[in-house]
Amino acid sequence: MGESRTCGLLLIGLKVRRTGSAVLEFPDLELAPGEQAVVCGPSGRGKTTLLAALSGLLPFEAQHAQVHTHDLIALQGRGVSAFDAFRARCVGLVPQQPLLLGAISVLENLLIAQRLAGGATNRDLARTQLDELGLQGLHERKPARLSRGQQQRVALARALINRPLILLADEPTANLDDALAEQVIGLLQRQARKHHANLLVATHDARVIGAFSRQVKLS
Amino acid sequence: MNSLRLVLAWMAARPLLTVLSVALVALGVGTVVLVGLVTEQLEQRLTRDAQGVDLVVGARGSPLQLVLAGVYHLDVPPGNIPLTALEEVRQLPRVAAAVPLALGDSFRGFRIVGTEPAILEWLGGALAAGRLFSDPMQAVLGAQAARATGLMPGSRFAGQHGLSADGPVHEDQIYTVTGVLAPTGGVLDRLILTPLASVWQVHEGEPSDATERAVLEAEREITLMLVRYDSPLAALTLPRSINAGGRLLAASPSFESARLMGLLGVGVDLLHLLAGLILGMAGLSVFVALLQTLSERRQELALLRLLGARPAGLVGLLLIEGLLLTCSGAILGTLGAHLALMLAGQWTVSGVGVPLEPWFFASIEVWVLLGAPVLGGLAALFPAWQAGRLALADALAQT
Repeated sequence: MGESRTCGLLLIGLKVRRTGSAVLEFPDLELAPGEQAVVCGPSGRGKTTLLAALSGLLPFEAQHAQVHTHDLIALQGRGVSAFDAFRARCVGLVPQQPLLLGAISVLENLLIAQRLAGGATNRDLARTQLDELGLQGLHERKPARLSRGQQQRVALARALINRPLILLADEPTANLDDALAEQVIGLLQRQARKHHANLLVATHDARVIGAFSRQVKLS
Repeated sequence: MNSLRLVLAWMAARPLLTVLSVALVALGVGTVVLVGLVTEQLEQRLTRDAQGVDLVVGARGSPLQLVLAGVYHLDVPPGNIPLTALEEVRQLPRVAAAVPLALGDSFRGFRIVGTEPAILEWLGGALAAGRLFSDPMQAVLGAQAARATGLMPGSRFAGQHGLSADGPVHEDQIYTVTGVLAPTGGVLDRLILTPLASVWQVHEGEPSDATERAVLEAEREITLMLVRYDSPLAALTLPRSINAGGRLLAASPSFESARLMGLLGVGVDLLHLLAGLILGMAGLSVFVALLQTLSERRQELALLRLLGARPAGLVGLLLIEGLLLTCSGAILGTLGAHLALMLAGQWTVSGVGVPLEPWFFASIEVWVLLGAPVLGGLAALFPAWQAGRLALADALAQT
């Protein structure tokens, strides 16, 4: 392990073993705090795998893997629970589908994310976060009664509620029309900037790739 | 927002399955508790009512019938015995005391019992109002009989022939109530006590001359007598010596009530078996409900993992659901059993004659309340374990 450096994300020599013996090797990557980047490349090159490894959902090997001051290799060594706690507090995941808990309200979807991050629930903060994303008046609705775009914004609000160090978005614009795709990417970029979080978007969508000055190509 | 709130929301999201699971648990638990409430109370009452009575002596017939008629006042007596038998038994060695009972009439379903004042001490009775009877055609009412008939000291009533409420009325023989007894919780509450002479007067009519009176007096009968031993050793010899005489039958209340409970026990065992089957089905229903939770909520459980929930947290969610389903079913079933007894208890008073206390606490309830979480835990074990295992792989698939 090298010495700890001030960075948003630093990956050196990252390798992930997929099912069987195939090993995916990723290019080295360094992002300054708050910097945004898009990870692109054809399907099957490991975009989702990279995000899963950074979230602690897949085991990896690396010479150096760091998010801000958190050493991911040390976290991995401390077991699943340590990475679970790190993911809950420091990583905001925005999955391809706007996955929400259907039996509880929009507001409660945010509160449960706060709870799982180990902190006390803060209803005011959750309400403010929803309002910032244009979800006024929808706090008590069940997710099934929201439009797809509204669900996407709730998922983003949930990813931001614990003030993560890094936002990881996997194909956030898949199956969205141009207008909605632009809206979603703009929202992700603005919110990441506002909360000083790094943003790493995995996609093969050309509409998204063009929106980022920093591009990481997987080949 | 906590785990309990989330589980409640999940349960509310599919009300039919939740209600069905809870209802099945409630049905099984309710049956077990109801059987326990009835049998435990019956055993207690049989024991309590027979306290202080070592032997019942009456006409030959069924010993169980004799005990049911003489101690519990639930059956018709097998016949009458001569009054002279009372003195004969009192003279027997090993007999500490004997008190006669003359049955045959009733008032609105409550038995009129011709007896001696000593019966009160035997059955633990005490006056709540008025005074004890001293002359023929005076009566003292048990607490329940007084409450149900509305009679009080000074009231007058005519008895009905026979032990059912629809017998012909002895209109020319009027009883006067002299006292009302305090509640005992036993059989005394349901009796109307009067001197032996009242029963003879009602049934003999007025003799026309001294000769007829003498004949009537010589032929006087009682129905049975309650006997106390002077020592426990009497149990070995006294019943045998009375039965050997050929005219009388001696029956032990403790032996006969144990035999009765043994006979009832067959039915009770069947009910327990039935309740066990229902509980087994209830456990399966909870198991199926949780497997369905696992299947329907697979994506949401995976999402919780993504948000940082630990595998143990997901196991906890399924366990909480299992416990909620079984514990709420157990509580509803227990309450339902008490309510059912409250409704049935009123019918039992006039139908069988043994009132049952609806809010009695049966020992089986402790086991049910301890067993419900165990049943819930067992039913949830496999689905919960599956939930703990599936999460990471599924979470990966969701990203």
